[in-house]
Amino acid sequence: MSLQSFINRAISPWMQEEGPEHDIVLSTRIRLARNFADVPFPLMAREDQLEHVRDRLKHEFEGKTFLDNESLEYFNMRDLSSNESQVLTEKHLISPFLVERSKESAVLLSQNERVSLMINEEDHIRMQLYFPGLQLESGLEKAFKFDDWLEETIDFAFDEHRGYLTSCPTNVGTGLRASVMLHLPALTLTQKIGKMMPAINQLGFVVRGTYGEGTEALGNIYQLSNQVTLGRSEEDIIQDLNSVVTKLIERERYARNLLVEQSEYRLEDRIFRSYGILKHSRIMESKEAAKCLSDLRLGIDVGFINHLSTSILNELMVLTQPAFLQQYAKQPLSAEKRDVKRASIIRERLNLEEA
Amino acid sequence: MECSICNMRPATLHLTNYLNGHKSEVHVCHECALEHGYIEKHDEPYTIHDLLSGLFHHEYGAHSQPTQPSHTPHAESCPNCQMTYQQFVNTGKFGCAYCYDTFSQHLNPILRRVHSGNVEHVGKVPERQHVHLQKKRVIQSYREQLNQLIQDEEFEEAARVRDKIKALENGEDHREDERGADE
Ligand SMILES: [Zn+2]
Ligand SMILES: [Zn+2]
Repeated sequence: MSLQSFINRAISPWMQEEGPEHDIVLSTRIRLARNFADVPFPLMAREDQLEHVRDRLKHEFEGKTFLDNESLEYFNMRDLSSNESQVLTEKHLISPFLVERSKESAVLLSQNERVSLMINEEDHIRMQLYFPGLQLESGLEKAFKFDDWLEETIDFAFDEHRGYLTSCPTNVGTGLRASVMLHLPALTLTQKIGKMMPAINQLGFVVRGTYGEGTEALGNIYQLSNQVTLGRSEEDIIQDLNSVVTKLIERERYARNLLVEQSEYRLEDRIFRSYGILKHSRIMESKEAAKCLSDLRLGIDVGFINHLSTSILNELMVLTQPAFLQQYAKQPLSAEKRDVKRASIIRERLNLEEA
Repeated sequence: MECSICNMRPATLHLTNYLNGHKSEVHVCHECALEHGYIEKHDEPYTIHDLLSGLFHHEYGAHSQPTQPSHTPHAESCPNCQMTYQQFVNTGKFGCAYCYDTFSQHLNPILRRVHSGNVEHVGKVPERQHVHLQKKRVIQSYREQLNQLIQDEEFEEAARVRDKIKALENGEDHREDERGADE
């Protein structure tokens, strides 16, 4: 399989599966940070030491399969064009920081895009496992198995008292960052989400918008993840995160029901207006696209719209990001040209579903 | 809620800020958060270089270390990766595994603030490298289970757990016996 196949598909195969609580939870990601015991962290390592890290991981794991029977593909980041790197970033398979460090960094990607192992990011190893819907517990189990598999051959930097040693003190201990991507249109619409955030922070979790540089969570998509990595076991962290997510799901469902019951025709009108805009616009800014796609997805979830698949939000959110648009156009596009391309891709995609 | 810095845009980031030992809530918009270094364009919910280096500076300024008065922080540098204390403060990052020892005297207060008061790891252990530690942890968790079972008067189950502990302890090393004194 080539790099192109990762680049060309907007949606990772696993995103098309419907995971638990998929009406609200789009995906779960488990990330573990690890370092080689005997090599300085990327911040202070020499070039030849980082090359050693890359070569070692390539040698041990390229072409190997783990659990899901899809082998790992290896790419040096410096061999990717900047647009290709950005596409992988827009799919959240790699971080912007990995791209910044492209002189030394690399990535191992499983063909089904369930596993991404970033090499020489802030730490030597950042393994990320992705799951559809809410799957924190089983996700952690798989991540542990993957970690054990790596540990069979690699000596990790570990200290009995501090745990897994990482470059940043915010990751030391478990090295775990568990995050859940949530679609919360009703809590956003009713302005409840802002009020819930301080309480969530107090529990050691953080909520951020997932997409865009804007002032709000584009597409009403939020990412909830843990901050504390030291002094609590991975299982405890996951359990707490799970209970916060469960609360959020409950509240979102409640708010959705209330909206449907009390807004009379207003919610339905809003949803079908957005549907109309998506179907017929010729110029579409990313912010408007995100708002309308969120409405559309809500319409599917509450039953106003029945003939579209739920993955359309995920898919079009990624597909309409700048690098993807340029990938499709096969050339760099000005902001205005991108808005035109975005509108046409959305129309095409909706026509495809309706056919 | 409005952003507390620009008072214009809605606040989208709600951070718990641990400056000068005080915990406070910060509510800012994305732009101000980027501008003031609360977040980076980096895939971390909590990359807070500025905040962290603030902590380090504070650490250096406000607390003297009575146990090791002879060290001036500026003279320290890591023998393994050559990171200096100043670099550590500026980046808020460690250069290698040995830095954790090199800068250990500054570490606990920082970790406590970043990790809700915690300084000791209690999670996963790389098994192949740390067989003994792994066993110690398993035994420890069995002991906790055992105490609970005894409290709950579930004696049958307690006996079973006690056998598991014995089996583990006899299975290998005598070093495990040291754990007994902790209880
Ligand atoms: Zn602001
Ligand atoms: Zn060092």
